[in-house]
Amino acid sequence: MDFGFCLSPSSHVKMDSVDLTTFNSLKETNPDINTCIACGSCTATCTAGNFTEMSFRRILLMLQRGKEEQAKKMIQKCMLCGKCTLVCPRGINIRKILLDITR
Amino acid sequence: MNQYIFHPFVLPFVLGMAFVLTYCLVGLLRIIAQLPKDDRKQFWRSLVTPKTAWANIRDLFGDCLFHVKIWKRNPILGYMHSSIAFGWFMLIAIGHVMLFTLKPLEGVDVQGFERTFTNCYYPIFYKHFATETPVFAFLMDFFLIVIITGIFIAVVKKIYSGMVGVKRVTKFGFADNMIRFALWTIFPFRLVAEKTNIMAFWWLYSIDLMIFMCLLPFTRYMHIPTEALFILLRHAGLKAREPRKGFALAQIYSCPSCGLCIDACPMSVNDKMSDNTSAYFMKKLRNKDSEEAQRIAETCLMCGKCVMVCPVSIESCDIKFSQRAATPYNINSDHSYLDVISTEAQRSGEISVNNPHVLYFAGCMTQLTPKIMRAMKQIMEAAGEDYEFIDKDGGICCGRPMLLSGKTAEAKAMIEKNTELIKKSGAKKLVLSCPICYKVFKEEYHLEGIEIQHHTQYIDELIKSGKLQVDKGDVNYVYHDPCELGRAFGVYDEPREVIESVGNLRKAKSEKELSICCGGSLGSFNLTQQERDEITENSVNDLMFNHPDEIVTACPLCLKTFARKSPVQVQDIAEIVCEKLKK
Repeated sequence: MDFGFCLSPSSHVKMDSVDLTTFNSLKETNPDINTCIACGSCTATCTAGNFTEMSFRRILLMLQRGKEEQAKKMIQKCMLCGKCTLVCPRGINIRKILLDITR
Repeated sequence: MNQYIFHPFVLPFVLGMAFVLTYCLVGLLRIIAQLPKDDRKQFWRSLVTPKTAWANIRDLFGDCLFHVKIWKRNPILGYMHSSIAFGWFMLIAIGHVMLFTLKPLEGVDVQGFERTFTNCYYPIFYKHFATETPVFAFLMDFFLIVIITGIFIAVVKKIYSGMVGVKRVTKFGFADNMIRFALWTIFPFRLVAEKTNIMAFWWLYSIDLMIFMCLLPFTRYMHIPTEALFILLRHAGLKAREPRKGFALAQIYSCPSCGLCIDACPMSVNDKMSDNTSAYFMKKLRNKDSEEAQRIAETCLMCGKCVMVCPVSIESCDIKFSQRAATPYNINSDHSYLDVISTEAQRSGEISVNNPHVLYFAGCMTQLTPKIMRAMKQIMEAAGEDYEFIDKDGGICCGRPMLLSGKTAEAKAMIEKNTELIKKSGAKKLVLSCPICYKVFKEEYHLEGIEIQHHTQYIDELIKSGKLQVDKGDVNYVYHDPCELGRAFGVYDEPREVIESVGNLRKAKSEKELSICCGGSLGSFNLTQQERDEITENSVNDLMFNHPDEIVTACPLCLKTFARKSPVQVQDIAEIVCEKLKK
């Protein structure tokens, strides 16, 4: 119940009601995302991240919480340079995953 | 009709020939109609321009008739192909010349339509109807035997391809196997028929020819008529714009599925990955299997080795590009933030106005290998150059990865932004450390008045002009040619000369235009890390052939990729020069 005590709307995510179809199908086509340790190397090296809030780690998080539209909006900033894929300690094909999300 | 000029056994051949000629004519008109208007104009013009006309004649003879490129690649295969193709051509050609010497045909004078009709098959079956002069008899028998030796090699190649120096051969479907069998049997049947004049063999010979002709449009042997057209289109300077139309279609039908690209492809380290090679890509496109074609196009490393070894010079990378562009990723890019960058940069005065002579663009990959940047800085300082780093604290991507994904418009936005930043600096020379950037800067950027150099060329120039003093050490290096520097622009000598001046250069097993991609290429979207690792291991083994002490490369991406798998130290060319700078 919202008693109006808070200035900003609640960011509470109800995991029981979010739609995870995109994330689940993504896990099927790219099983390597299961190995992500959220180290943030991808974000640290991101060329677009230098100028924008672009962060692959957050994109994964958004998808896990069903915030697909937000994730897709963030992906628009990507330059596809592939540095994230190169530095990933788990060898995840990040660039491919970014493209698959929007496919 | 007279028994000396006609027998029903010629009919299968005549029917087959009529079919294949009709098909080729329709196909020819279709391809020309599909060309974009400008391209078509360019094509007609190229046919009458002396320079391209000469190139056309040279290649029509060199490639279609003498198969020079296959000879160069593998002499045994060259003989195999030439003996069959050139031998057959000679049989047809001499047969037609002989037609005049046999006139009138064994005393029977035929005229008008009958004469024309007779001419279609007479050179093919003349021995049944007439006897020729001894000189022609010898020539015809000679070329027939030559063809049969070629077929013998082809059979050996089919049984054990390793005997002729081929590791992997293309896997064929039913029609391709069928037509191959028809081709193999045509000439032995002809030989037996000619020597014994048994009617059954004349029938078999003619039916075999019919099978060959009827299957030709649906199999790889379509390359025989199409290659001639392809050569003309190629010399007109056309580029494939759509994956299955016009020029691209001519290339698809010109692909003989010979499989030379399969052994050359860096992905052919195992059976599964070798299905991603260009030979199969062309086959999928041909069979309109666009889903598979798209998958292969996105898996390809775009190293360009298949184009280099292709005996037909099919630009498969261009077709893969157009395939990617035809169904691009639905990424909806928004790079409006690029505009903000320039204003901020200008405000903070990051882009200098004091006109440095040399502008250094490290690029994304070099940002990940800062040791190259440090080495370049030391080198430029030691040479006393007036320089500036354009992306010291991170810059904009050069646009090539975006271009590789088939999104040309988005890539253009980055290209324009970089162009603006570079032009504002007023530099006279742009030095790049990354061959990926180098390729796109050379091909897509319009930087008039600014010389674009890769750092290997730049360092070579500094050493040769005496600006940079280096000591020669005794370390044995092997040099890896990055795909986008070597095959794309033929920069082979400069890096080697630089290495020679600081140490000893050992040869790799496959060098220069045959160098094997490191496996890290940004060109591929689909390859997993495990698959890439396999490619890298193979490439490293190739480099370690002469047991060097160190691997030297000129690409930050190759450097990072090799470092994962190499048993010896891997360094960039700038680093080894930096180590040997005269103090």
